[in-house]
Amino acid sequence: MADPRERSGDNERKPDSADDADLSARLKSLDARISQASVHRAEPEPRSRQTSDTSAMGQAFRLSAEFVAGVVAGGVIGWLVDYFAGTSPWGLIVCLILGFCAGMLNLMRAAGLVKPAKYDDKR
Amino acid sequence: MASPIEQFQIKPIIPAINFTNSSLFMVGAVAVIVGGFMLATRKRAVVPGRGQSIAEILHDFVAGTLTDATGREGMKFFPLVFSLFMFVFTANLLGMIPGFFTVTSHIIVTFALAMLVIGTVVVYGLVKHGVHFFGLFVPSGVPSWLLPFIIVIEVISFLSRPISLSLRLFANMLAGHIALKVFGGFVVALLGAGGALTILAPLPLIMAVALMALEFLVAALQAYVFTVLTCIYLNDALHPGH
Repeated sequence: MADPRERSGDNERKPDSADDADLSARLKSLDARISQASVHRAEPEPRSRQTSDTSAMGQAFRLSAEFVAGVVAGGVIGWLVDYFAGTSPWGLIVCLILGFCAGMLNLMRAAGLVKPAKYDDKR
Repeated sequence: MASPIEQFQIKPIIPAINFTNSSLFMVGAVAVIVGGFMLATRKRAVVPGRGQSIAEILHDFVAGTLTDATGREGMKFFPLVFSLFMFVFTANLLGMIPGFFTVTSHIIVTFALAMLVIGTVVVYGLVKHGVHFFGLFVPSGVPSWLLPFIIVIEVISFLSRPISLSLRLFANMLAGHIALKVFGGFVVALLGAGGALTILAPLPLIMAVALMALEFLVAALQAYVFTVLTCIYLNDALHPGH
């Protein structure tokens, strides 16, 4: 890096071809460094999602929340069905089992064992 | 000694209008966000100062997360996503100050935020795509005899989203604060025990310091995770076809 005093000395001198060449060389190296820096900045963007959950405790919380949520959602739906249709206790039993399945599906999706739902593009 | 869950108690401050310590810290979080951003963006310099840089970095960070997940058209949800991120982030960090109340350690608060997100997804999806939005529940390549069963499971899976979204943030904040309090309690208990046990008192203190660092990480990370999942769910509302 040029020392600032030296640079101001450069400016006072009359510009000649050597200075021009020097300037264009410096501009070129600056361009190169800017593009390198922007590549560096763009690169970690996709990686950040993977590293967000690498801590074991974070992953445990994430996966357990997915599973529990499925079962709870199934249970609530079953309870509501029973409450409004008066089919106690069958709605709760059936929906709890379905909720268990949904929780498993959530869990496997979150763990990456099953591909995230791929929906029909043809329609 | 104070019980580890005493910190989560809701105490009324102005009983006449049900203004509690929880409300106070929600208002506090909003005041910190609004005040901080007004202060940071007051100068509107071309070359940003320290405060303006922080505001710009936060803006670009959330905007980047949103466009990564939903593409350019997702930017119409930017005010919602940015407000959610800033509120959760600030509430989490405010809760890290000793003696302060953690708003996000109550499941009703996180559940309300999650319902706001899912409500937006459902309403926008139905308005924008109509019946086609329900294509979300019909995965392709499933044998037709299995389809009714799969659709029911997919619907339950969709309904479990606000629960898992709120549960994750709530559980992380609750567990972290309880763990901190328990280790803090160990220090006091060992000091009070006297004799040889007093020598052991620094050990849980070291643990509490390490947990404090972890909690700061969790506070920021959970705000980020909440935002990413919000973006992914909004993507379903924008593009239910795939």
